[in-house]
Amino acid sequence: MLKVRIIPCLDVDNGRVVKGINFISLRDAGDPVEQATIYSREGADEITFLDITATHQKRKPMLEVIKKTAEQCFVPLTVGGGIQNISGITEFLLAGADKVSMNSAAIKNPNLIKESSNKFGNQCIVVAIDAKKKSKSWNVYINGGRVDTGVDAIAWAKKAESLGAGEILLTSMDKDGTKSGFDLELTAKVSAAVSIPVVASGGVGNLQDFFDGIKIGGASAVLAASVFHFKEITIRDVKNYLKSKNIDVRTDNF
Amino acid sequence: MNRILIIDYGSGNIRSVYNAVKKVSSKKISEIKVSSSANDLKKCTHIILPGVGAFEFCLRGLKRKKLLGCLEEVVLDNKKPFLGICVGMQMLATKGYENGEFSGLNWINGEVRKIKTGKQKLKIPHMGWNNLHFKRKTKFIKQLLRKIEFDKNKEVSAYFVHSYNFNNKNQNEKIITSNYGGEITAMISKDNIIGTQFHPEKSHYFGLAFLQTFIEQKD
Repeated sequence: MLKVRIIPCLDVDNGRVVKGINFISLRDAGDPVEQATIYSREGADEITFLDITATHQKRKPMLEVIKKTAEQCFVPLTVGGGIQNISGITEFLLAGADKVSMNSAAIKNPNLIKESSNKFGNQCIVVAIDAKKKSKSWNVYINGGRVDTGVDAIAWAKKAESLGAGEILLTSMDKDGTKSGFDLELTAKVSAAVSIPVVASGGVGNLQDFFDGIKIGGASAVLAASVFHFKEITIRDVKNYLKSKNIDVRTDNF
Repeated sequence: MNRILIIDYGSGNIRSVYNAVKKVSSKKISEIKVSSSANDLKKCTHIILPGVGAFEFCLRGLKRKKLLGCLEEVVLDNKKPFLGICVGMQMLATKGYENGEFSGLNWINGEVRKIKTGKQKLKIPHMGWNNLHFKRKTKFIKQLLRKIEFDKNKEVSAYFVHSYNFNNKNQNEKIITSNYGGEITAMISKDNIIGTQFHPEKSHYFGLAFLQTFIEQKD
């Protein structure tokens, strides 16, 4: 059977790992290449980099990070943040990324999903959705959580799929950095709405949260940042725990 | 001395493949080249054809680089060890049905069709790590299994990402399988030709061992 993927995420700002709570108050958490190498050795099934304050001038350090990581980590690398157009995607892929994740650019220009998935294959195009609860539904936010687009998150996930996205990276802004678990309702609704894999993100605090994201949320993969960075939980802990709960995870390569 | 050529035809994660091959190269490897020149094809000892993207798009890339004739000569006539990865394997088929019906290279009899997920609501693409089942113990597989110190109780998985499957005709050419909805062809082999649906360059220790076994193959 296909295994559930455990994905550590590294939020990178100007070539350094940072991690915030609810998208603000960042603190330094080390060198991304070093971190990624440790994760891959520990059994990470994939590694995600998010270039969180990417502006065009700051792209160079990120490309350097991807390049160096790809020389040392032989698991899939996803990179997101600051992608505006096809040439930005090409830059990341040529540096060694396997998938690119786009958020604001996809909302502003949905055709970019279509154009890029035609060119690079849909397996390569991840649409990242930052969602925030509005009474009974969730809205999509862009620009690093600063702007409410008013677009419904579930409807947007479906549209992204129809345009050629190969995966949805779903982050709950309400849960991000709070360690109170994934937004399971949101995750379950989006997972059920699309037939492409959904990566649950935002809110992991303990081992049970990973299990719930898969079992209740229906996620194909679970992503976490701070619990891994600050070594509160190791990737191996997660895998051993999930295995004990009869969830199929990859344990053969470490 | 072995000279590895990774074919660059405007598709795919060439750098990942290059990085992984470089990682497992020993002194016996004199060079690893990423190129689309026919001259390099003639000079190399081992050929790797990566592939990311749609079936027809990749084939068109090979044609545009005017590589097909030379590739057939060095692989089918000169019998240089050849490894096709993902769409690089799918292109070896007789036909492919991604976005229409297209003729493939027809080096290995079979068709590339969309994965059937049956009644289960499985997600497509088949994306992630899946277990490998070793169906035939070819010389290559024996060497590989020795390298990874395989024993029956051990699970081995590799990284897949694809929506289409190579349904090959000749069961003897099906070397490794996996399971997703139904059987997935994970590795095929015929004479000097090897194809993998999984991405060895992204399959961590197992994948590196796989690539090492390939580049150590004798001419």
